[in-house]
Amino acid sequence: MKILAVCGQGLGTSFMVEMNINQVLGELGVTDVEVSHSDLSSAQPGDADVFFLAKDIAEGGEQLGNVVILDSIIDIDELRVKVKKVLEEKGML
Amino acid sequence: MNTLIDVLSAPSILVAFIALVGLLVQKKKTSDVIKGTVKTFVGFLVIQAGAGILETSLAPFGLMFQEAFNIAGVVPNNEAIVALALTEYGTNTALIMFFGMVANILIARFTRFKYIFLTGHHTLYMACMLAVIMAVAGFDTIPLIIAGSVALGIIMTLSPAIVQPFMRELLGNDNVALGHFSAVGYAVSGYIGRIFKKDKEHSTENINFPKGLGFLRDSTVSIAITMIVMYFIVALFAGPQFIEAELSGGTNFLVFSLIQAGNFAAGVFVILAGVRLVLAEIVPAFKGISTKLVPNAKPALDVPIIFTFAPNAVLIGFFSSFLGGIVSLAIMLAVGSTVILPGVVPHFFTGAAAGVFGNTTGGIKGSVAGSFVNGVIVSFLPLFLMPVLGDLGFASTTFSDADFGVSGLFFGSLANYAGPIAIVVSLVVILVLMAIPFKKKTAEAK
Repeated sequence: MKILAVCGQGLGTSFMVEMNINQVLGELGVTDVEVSHSDLSSAQPGDADVFFLAKDIAEGGEQLGNVVILDSIIDIDELRVKVKKVLEEKGML
Repeated sequence: MNTLIDVLSAPSILVAFIALVGLLVQKKKTSDVIKGTVKTFVGFLVIQAGAGILETSLAPFGLMFQEAFNIAGVVPNNEAIVALALTEYGTNTALIMFFGMVANILIARFTRFKYIFLTGHHTLYMACMLAVIMAVAGFDTIPLIIAGSVALGIIMTLSPAIVQPFMRELLGNDNVALGHFSAVGYAVSGYIGRIFKKDKEHSTENINFPKGLGFLRDSTVSIAITMIVMYFIVALFAGPQFIEAELSGGTNFLVFSLIQAGNFAAGVFVILAGVRLVLAEIVPAFKGISTKLVPNAKPALDVPIIFTFAPNAVLIGFFSSFLGGIVSLAIMLAVGSTVILPGVVPHFFTGAAAGVFGNTTGGIKGSVAGSFVNGVIVSFLPLFLMPVLGDLGFASTTFSDADFGVSGLFFGSLANYAGPIAIVVSLVVILVLMAIPFKKKTAEAK
């Protein structure tokens, strides 16, 4: 499976979310998930199975398909819950 | 021997080498080591390719502006100026960035400033500016790297520190800091907001604001739109005769301008792709090492982390800051100095953040006033910064955000006043000052 974190510039925020997703995956002991980050212009629907976006750019990312919206991008607990949910849906947990 | 010097003076190879060492130290898998090293190497070359695209767009813009208004016009854009500077200052930038991160960890470990600056692209841009300023100041070789790295480490810890009082007020806790080199503008906006603290309850978030400007957050879109507008305005003033005879080789002047504006956005797009490749290995390594070495470290993160707390203030801040940029432009035109054109990217990110902090301390009034002043600050600081950048001061672009201006002016003026020794003395004094209150506190605690 592939997860893509997306933000406006594809530099800082999405990178941070990517590192946090990796941390959560490590805690859960899930290995075969590829995580990377990108800017909103470059991200295409086929690039990943699931996209993680912050609330403030949610309207620009609707066309990506399977999108998870983060209310707060610094809240690791929220991220943990949402990553877990995605993994359960995909039958990986 | 010559081969070795060639290797070390090619920044792309040097950065890749740093990444390689970092990956080996972290005991990564062989496949990850190869992947990371190659990505970093290619990323650096991608940045330089982007610089080439940008130059083809910026050069005619500069000439058109000169023809139209008889003064120089400058578009502040961090990516553009860094990409141009890296061709000459790449090796020093890479080394200053690496050792600057080490300095950041040491300062956070041994003083009360526990901030670890994790916004990698800003670290790279600041390292680049310091490499230029220290060279212009008269440093070279090893002293240049040491002075630049210590300065970078100091800036990486102090910049989050000055916004932290307002971050605490906004977040309600002290766990996360802001890592974005426009902190001076944000702090000023926060203090200006305090003037209106009686109206704090009238928050921007109570108004019903139209949505639909979210697409400006997409930097390719916002850069292209502003550059098209600016290019068209300047093209109309410069006139078709001049452009078609001197620059476009007969192509219609508006078509030519449209393409060049697009080229600017294309150049920035390419540079950002390169920056992403270069940082992919360096930032996680820095994060991992710093959390191990610095107890109670506060991560200083990129500016959009605060945008979700006050989405209306983000838009109000952008418009108000942009207005500040336009007023500043009018003043510069009236005075006849070099003109700093308001760019959407700096005003969007720094104006938005200033709007959020102004709103935190002073509601709507604080948000509008604070971000307007931020707009004036990020217009005038780049203007004053240009003379200390040496040859790069003559490029049609420069560093945009406030902390680049403040620290650049600080070190540049010191060098003009008393040469490199003044910079060395200032660095030592700052380090001592940063260390002292810590000792006092532990003494009190006992």
